[in-house]
Amino acid sequence: MNKNLLYVLALVFILEACKTSSNDPNMPIDATEELSGGENFTTFDFSENTFGREGKNITSTESNQFVSGNSLFRANWVSAPSSVQSLDGLGPIFNGISCGSCHFKDGRAKPPQNSSEPLNGLLFRMSVGLDNIGNAIPEPNYGSQLQDKAIINPRVLREGGVSVRYEDINGNYADGMPYTIRKPIYDFVGLNYGAFNANMMYSPRIAQQIPGLGLLENIPESVIFALSDENDSNNDGISGKANMVWDVAKQALSLGRFGWKANVPTLKQQTAGAFNGDIGITTSLFPQHDLTTNQQNMYANIPNGGNPEVDDNALEKIVNYVKMLSVPARRDFKDAEVLQGKTLFNKLNCGSCHYEKFETGANSPIVALNNQKIRPYTDLLLHDMGAGLADNRPDYKATGTEWRTPPLWGIGLLQTVNNHTFLLHDGRARNVEEAILWHAGEAEKSKNDFKKLSSQERKNLIKFVNSL
Amino acid sequence: MKKLIINISKSVFLLTFAVSFLTNCKKKEVELSLEQQNKEAITTYANIVLATYEDSYTSAQTMQQKVDAFVAAPTAQGLTDCKNAWLAARNIYGQTEAFRFYGGPIDGDNGLEGYINAWPMDENAIDYVDGNATAGLINDAVTYPNITKNVILDLNEVASETSIFTGWHAIEFLLWGQDLSTTSAGTRPHTDFLTTGGTAQNQARRKIYLKVVTDLLVEHLQIVQNAWKTGSSYREAFVNDTDVPAIMGKIFTGIGSLCKGELAGERMFVAVDLQDQENEHSCFSDNTINDIKMNFLGIKNVYLGTYTRSNGAKVTGKSFAEITQSFDKTKADAVITAFADVDAKINLIPLVFDQAIINNSAKILDAVTALRTCSDKLADASIVLKAKL
Repeated sequence: MNKNLLYVLALVFILEACKTSSNDPNMPIDATEELSGGENFTTFDFSENTFGREGKNITSTESNQFVSGNSLFRANWVSAPSSVQSLDGLGPIFNGISCGSCHFKDGRAKPPQNSSEPLNGLLFRMSVGLDNIGNAIPEPNYGSQLQDKAIINPRVLREGGVSVRYEDINGNYADGMPYTIRKPIYDFVGLNYGAFNANMMYSPRIAQQIPGLGLLENIPESVIFALSDENDSNNDGISGKANMVWDVAKQALSLGRFGWKANVPTLKQQTAGAFNGDIGITTSLFPQHDLTTNQQNMYANIPNGGNPEVDDNALEKIVNYVKMLSVPARRDFKDAEVLQGKTLFNKLNCGSCHYEKFETGANSPIVALNNQKIRPYTDLLLHDMGAGLADNRPDYKATGTEWRTPPLWGIGLLQTVNNHTFLLHDGRARNVEEAILWHAGEAEKSKNDFKKLSSQERKNLIKFVNSL
Repeated sequence: MKKLIINISKSVFLLTFAVSFLTNCKKKEVELSLEQQNKEAITTYANIVLATYEDSYTSAQTMQQKVDAFVAAPTAQGLTDCKNAWLAARNIYGQTEAFRFYGGPIDGDNGLEGYINAWPMDENAIDYVDGNATAGLINDAVTYPNITKNVILDLNEVASETSIFTGWHAIEFLLWGQDLSTTSAGTRPHTDFLTTGGTAQNQARRKIYLKVVTDLLVEHLQIVQNAWKTGSSYREAFVNDTDVPAIMGKIFTGIGSLCKGELAGERMFVAVDLQDQENEHSCFSDNTINDIKMNFLGIKNVYLGTYTRSNGAKVTGKSFAEITQSFDKTKADAVITAFADVDAKINLIPLVFDQAIINNSAKILDAVTALRTCSDKLADASIVLKAKL
């Protein structure tokens, strides 16, 4: 071999060696790791539209459904009767006028930062206990959630509002570095339908980002059940409970996957439920408006936008739109700091609830959703998260301290899409670091171990989470 | 011999190195020249944007004068004058929609698009509708004793971030009324505005509402126009940005999004797919087909670097079309062919779009396909121009 060629080869070798030497030798890079949503549902568009991208290998019919579903997801609903009959029927009381008004750009809502900001995307579920199948019994004067907006013609009274303020809680890392997290305090104001029942329990819930939900729905039930360990029989301090919730279409209890307490079994029910409770739009699944008997009497003469207001054909388009949204690919997944963060994530046992890998099932009618190797970082199970985060409001099998592990994929792009990084069920955490610090209950040990890390290690772990 | 071989291979190595160096230099030069040309075309773009918004603003002012005259003395002719002024102004505004979808002055942070062009509009929250003679803010003097700009703007804030009480379609609704017919536009009589012997109720309040939303539209268009004036911070940052590919990306994202997602998707395919006759943007006036034509004209204006002003004068300069042509003739020709195809297909759609939704959806879908292809060809051109999408 000639000398020059040798030089060149040596140089190439050195350069390559430089590249690999920056990686953590304990953590070999897995090239498939980049594709969080599998081959078909991973997008490399990292712009503000990243949560709204259609998957690959879907049929042209499905692609057309995606277009119409997207339109209906963003469309503003108006009060009935309207010239645009496919978009009327808003209210009479509601929380938002479109799906997109809470899930802006298919993303996550921002909680009010002070008492004067309105609720846009933060809602309050209310109940007075559970019925015999575990379903929350609606508050008698206000129903199952507080609708803070109402149509103006005819004049309808909104149910009331909520004033939010925050109280600082100070703490220190093991290295002495101080931190501040904040706890929300809610005051119900301007209640228009009488006093709350003395036993009223409420739960604040922020609208979550929606990419990848079709993949989560397609994880076989048996896999989720296999991960559950309700009585912690393996004594690792982590239980993992499957919520069993009412499936309206099946008229039976089934595995809950969606919502902050895994209290909804399917995307169709989630979508129809949100239409009903949040926008005041009826569907075949929920043909009655979410009104109390008193409200039904008061507003009996208000015209509706059809029976139901969203027909099955339109509902299917919206649901399929949601199902076919891709997940952002990993950014910087080969970065040395990210890889160290990943090692720490596993060492701190974060992955026992934020479960990394699944393969989707084979039975979705949207064939592209089948057999996808995905990395959502959730087990879809309920975990006790301690008293600090508790809403103290049971929801089927979820107790007042239990929450579903939220998926972490896409979390690092919330800033890009929604211009904020507020996390947790009520948006109290201002960023990933604060969200980690709120972990308690089953996650107490992991949280404490996080607090013992060096500042650089903490930074790397957060960098890893933000690369998801 | 061995030494010679080494020398030869050394020379080959050096030669290869030199050639590759020179090629790189050449490439750099070409890129520089592309960037320089793109910068010129970006200035043309900014000039077209400003001229279009200026015309939009002045045409809205003309409409405002007609509205002022009409509310002072409502006559059938006065209402017709208002409608004609609305249609003329709408045709110019339609072209400005090619400047959306990249977070510019129209629809970025604090953008006014929601106030100017929100759709659908909650007609029932504004005025009477079929089956409810007392609907809307106009007929609710108890809750809203005064109809003012602030009252209306505050209502927008309450409902959501998107306006439903203002803009083109609110004015359209007040001028035409609901389109309850399958064969014509809305037929609101001028007597709805006559305080003595008029039709409907609250005629005086209806006049105020019409005036207030017209004034608001004019104000909002002026704000958007000002953002593109020479010396304004947005325009200066836009035309002088050193990241030329990023600015090119914005421009092509704007026209590409209007072409495919908005026009082909939202406004045409979805209307057909949902089979709702009034799921069309200008549903009260039945002006939707012109909305579509003007949107597409706006796309062509941007790419071809030419805008014909209301007074017939042309605003023109270095264009993306000619730069693409000089770098990749095939891709440039493909855009021009696609433009012609879209125009042909749109012209085959029957003039009354709401009836075509039901009776001639195949013609609409042909245009949808042509628009989607056109958007792909524009994306190809943007790659030639090294736009960062």
